Amino acid sequence: MKFGIYPGCSLTGSARDYNESVFALAEAFDLEFAQIPDWNCCGATAAHNLNKELSLALPARILALAEQNGLDEIIVPCAACYSRLVVTQNELKKNPELKNRIREVLEMDYHGTSKILNVIEWIDKYIIPKLDEKIVKPFNYKVACYYGCLLVRPDKVLNYDRAEDPQTMDIVMSKIGADPIYYPYKTECCGAGFSVSRTDIVSKLSGKIIEDAEHRGADAIIVACPMCHSNLDMRRSDINKYWKTEYKIPVVFVTQAIGLAIGLSSEKVGLKRHFVEVKIS
Amino acid sequence: MARIGVFICHCGENISATVDCGKVAETIGKLKHVAYSTEYKYMCSDPGQTLIKEAIKEHKLTGVVVAACSPRMHEPTFRKACAEGGLNPFLCEMANLREHCSWVHEKNDLTTEKAIDIVRIQVEKVKLNSALQPIRVPVTKTAMVIGGGIAGIQSALDIANTGHKVIMIERSPSIGGHMSQLSETFPTLDCSQCILTPRMVEVAQHPNITLYTYAEVESVEGFIGNFKVKIRKKAKSLDEKTCTGCGLCTTKCPQKKIPNEFEQGMGMRPAIYIPFPQAVPNRPVIDREHCTYYIKGKCKICEIVCPTKAIRFDQPDEILELEIGAIVVATGFDIKHADFFPEYGYGKYKDIIDGLQFERLASASGPTTGAILRPSDGQVPKNIVFIACAGSRDPAKGIAYCSKICCMYTAKHAMLYKHKVHEGKAYVFYMDIRSGGKNYDEFVRRAIEEDHVNYIRGRVSTVFERDGKLIVKGVDTLLGAQPVEIVADMVVLATAGVANSGAEDLAQKLHVSYDAHKFFAEAHPKLKPIETNTAGIFLAGACQNPKDIPDSVSQASGAAVKVAGLFSQNELTREPLVAVVNRTAPPMYSTCVGCFMCQSVCPYQAIEREDFKNREGKIVKTVAKINEGLCQGCGTCVALCRSKSIDLYGYSNNQVYAEVVALLNEY
Ligand SMILES: Cc1cc2nc3c(=O)[nH]c(=O)nc-3n(C[C@H](O)[C@H](O)[C@H](O)COP(=O)(O)OP(=O)(O)OC[C@H]3O[C@@H](n4cnc5c(N)ncnc54)[C@H](O)[C@@H]3O)c2cc1C
Ligand code: SF4
Ligand code: SF4
Ligand code: SF4
Ligand code: SF4
Repeated sequence: MKFGIYPGCSLTGSARDYNESVFALAEAFDLEFAQIPDWNCCGATAAHNLNKELSLALPARILALAEQNGLDEIIVPCAACYSRLVVTQNELKKNPELKNRIREVLEMDYHGTSKILNVIEWIDKYIIPKLDEKIVKPFNYKVACYYGCLLVRPDKVLNYDRAEDPQTMDIVMSKIGADPIYYPYKTECCGAGFSVSRTDIVSKLSGKIIEDAEHRGADAIIVACPMCHSNLDMRRSDINKYWKTEYKIPVVFVTQAIGLAIGLSSEKVGLKRHFVEVKIS
Repeated sequence: MARIGVFICHCGENISATVDCGKVAETIGKLKHVAYSTEYKYMCSDPGQTLIKEAIKEHKLTGVVVAACSPRMHEPTFRKACAEGGLNPFLCEMANLREHCSWVHEKNDLTTEKAIDIVRIQVEKVKLNSALQPIRVPVTKTAMVIGGGIAGIQSALDIANTGHKVIMIERSPSIGGHMSQLSETFPTLDCSQCILTPRMVEVAQHPNITLYTYAEVESVEGFIGNFKVKIRKKAKSLDEKTCTGCGLCTTKCPQKKIPNEFEQGMGMRPAIYIPFPQAVPNRPVIDREHCTYYIKGKCKICEIVCPTKAIRFDQPDEILELEIGAIVVATGFDIKHADFFPEYGYGKYKDIIDGLQFERLASASGPTTGAILRPSDGQVPKNIVFIACAGSRDPAKGIAYCSKICCMYTAKHAMLYKHKVHEGKAYVFYMDIRSGGKNYDEFVRRAIEEDHVNYIRGRVSTVFERDGKLIVKGVDTLLGAQPVEIVADMVVLATAGVANSGAEDLAQKLHVSYDAHKFFAEAHPKLKPIETNTAGIFLAGACQNPKDIPDSVSQASGAAVKVAGLFSQNELTREPLVAVVNRTAPPMYSTCVGCFMCQSVCPYQAIEREDFKNREGKIVKTVAKINEGLCQGCGTCVALCRSKSIDLYGYSNNQVYAEVVALLNEY
């Protein structure tokens, strides 16, 4: 089975750990990826605040390229990219006039036929069915599944299971032996793009997310978004400074946790790249 | 030769602002057979009507067209005026220049041209009108009230006190509705049960009222004054006459873990139960869904212990057929429950409750005998948060309207809490405080100023549990949108009031309209708030929209007056706009070929069979015949009849044809 993959900027940069774990899983389950050739920026949080057409044209170009290359299913590990791509596809489907306009802008054909999967959907569809037989080291930890905002919203477009208390990642984690705790901070804001410009805000918001997970006795926070990861992991020292704390709870990508459970090494799934030391292996 | 009079109304400026009424009157005046054409500011006013009456006499008019608003609004007015002017009322037609033209178009020549066309059509039609006589039908002077909440109770008592018979249908085992669950009532804080239960008893004892509880409407046919209603009396599995209401059976029933509806699930009840101690009638019913005998075929303990041998396991449902003259719908409302709110935990926290559950906690007859204790551990909550507008005024939740009663009952709840837990802290998150009503705002001020309830203007984004407390995260918009976090012991949601279950189904049985939210629809939002669009069916109480007790009771009395007014007549007249199957000389009798296709499509079962016999008494032909009493003039049969044997008085094929031709022809 061959999928398109859209790495976006983070998976080749700050989230190489995530990237490595996604590829390691694919390899372990005989799934093959083809990178969308000549891909561009999805527009991230900047484009849709500045120019609507631009914010649609950027993701549309990515989708058009996927179509040109016959990639019917594309996986988008970054939750922010995923959100931009799905929102664009949905908007252009609803509005044929706009679709034509975007085609003009791109000077490319665009149909919106590719199926876009986030990491959880991909795992659910292709990993879970073959997971049981592969588990060698059940992930026996108490985990706080943190979904963040972009994986589940906008509710109407993404049709996530329960917008305010999503369950899919919890279910995946329990399948590899983990014990997902009750965790009301699941979809609270981590500070998102303020990661760069206002680390104080990120420290404040992400600090609360970490505090609640520690307070409830979690061994790890599980994420599926590079942005969440960098705020909770890379910004940990800022957070601890801001709150005068010494939070040590590691932040692990869902793909890394699965990798460990099927016996892949910490290096292989990129755990060594984290800022907060991951003592789980 | 036809002499038609045409009267163009300005409707103040409603029509004249976009239609050149002078030009319409002038153009129409030149048409063939138009003997008189004029315009006036308010045709429906006394001088306007006089104008019509005098013109009829002066110009010897044979037909009248009033070009004004919708016939739904004023057709009766103008037909009556014509009758007073000496013209058969059915020789008067209305052309709708307002809804069909002036309101929906800009001011320009085309609009005026369209207005002229609309009037021309009616001129051509009215030329072919015939003088008709109204149909007279008798009135059955028995009313049916559906729903035994405070609205139904008030209506039933008022009608019964005018000397007419009332049949009350209540689907639960007792009357009383939501008011019987309330603790104390705003704005006076008098005890709900104390003012309600005497009325419930009065209903049961009134010689003019027959009460059927545990009963539902099965079907409704017929029309004003002459409804035929079928009622399903669900089996109570006991003989009500033999049962003394001692309640012994209810104490011995081994099934004890059924969530108690009356306590909003905060208590349990057995399978054989009396819903609450003051229930009317005070007799138990067996809930067959949960009774061990009906599930497993064994038990019958109630039968063994019953001292009067009243239990009847094999009792069937009973269908009653009733003749009814008028119907009052008083089926009330319901509220959303905590599980409707993802942001407040999808109903998984025991200490987040809805308003009715709080009423039960605060009620002396409730599960805690009036002590405010949180459901999870029975502790007295020291911090309590009330969230107003939970679900209401929120199009994203599909409920754009204001539920109207919750601002008031939230103030009441906060007050009751403070009266019982003096040292406790009460917070109310609100959007606006809607306390219009006599002594209402004063009541809310009392909660704030005397009972020190802390009102915070803003919404609550989420509530979650931590260390046995509920963390309420909201915003204070009066403090510049500052985030607020309250660590609470209990949260009460003032959830949206919604249509009662089964409302849609009942509306369809009754052939009355309902709105997008499945509340029953009134005939006119301002001038006919009690009537439905089906004559003889009226509304009372919260089945129309969420309402408090005073509003429900006022409307209920209004509905009773409407019924009494109807019953003050021995006969009703109906418009004779009904279908007729033609009759010709023997041996043909009618062009009807007796296929009875029409019978199968008539929505009102108005088509009967008529046999024609020869001299020997042998049936030679059977044709369709329309029962004038039942026909509603919908015209379905006319369109269907393959031999063109049916026509509709007032809307004959010829008349409709003339209207179409008028539009096609130049003038
Ligand atoms: C939490 C809360 C607190 C309140 N506090 C106050 C207060 O303090 N003061 C105040 O003025 N108002 C208060 N109200 C409003 C009050 O409850 C209503 O105004 C009142 O109950 C409306 O009466 P009703 O008869 O129209 O409807 P309901 O009380 O809902 O009664 C309807 C009846 O019809 C029956 N029924 C329903 N469908 C059918 C059917 N298909 N066939 C036969 N029977 C049917 C039901 O079983 C019920 O008995 C409060 C409401 C709530 C939710
Ligand atoms: S037969 Fe049913 S209602 Fe009677 S006691 Fe047994 S369970 Fe209760
Ligand atoms: S009555 Fe008050 S609490 Fe209820 S919906 Fe209206 S504004 Fe909100
Ligand atoms: S459809 Fe026409 S022909 Fe057939 S029974 Fe009815 S009236 Fe007669
Ligand atoms: S017009 Fe015909 S179909 Fe309609 S109610 Fe009358 S008889 Fe029935």
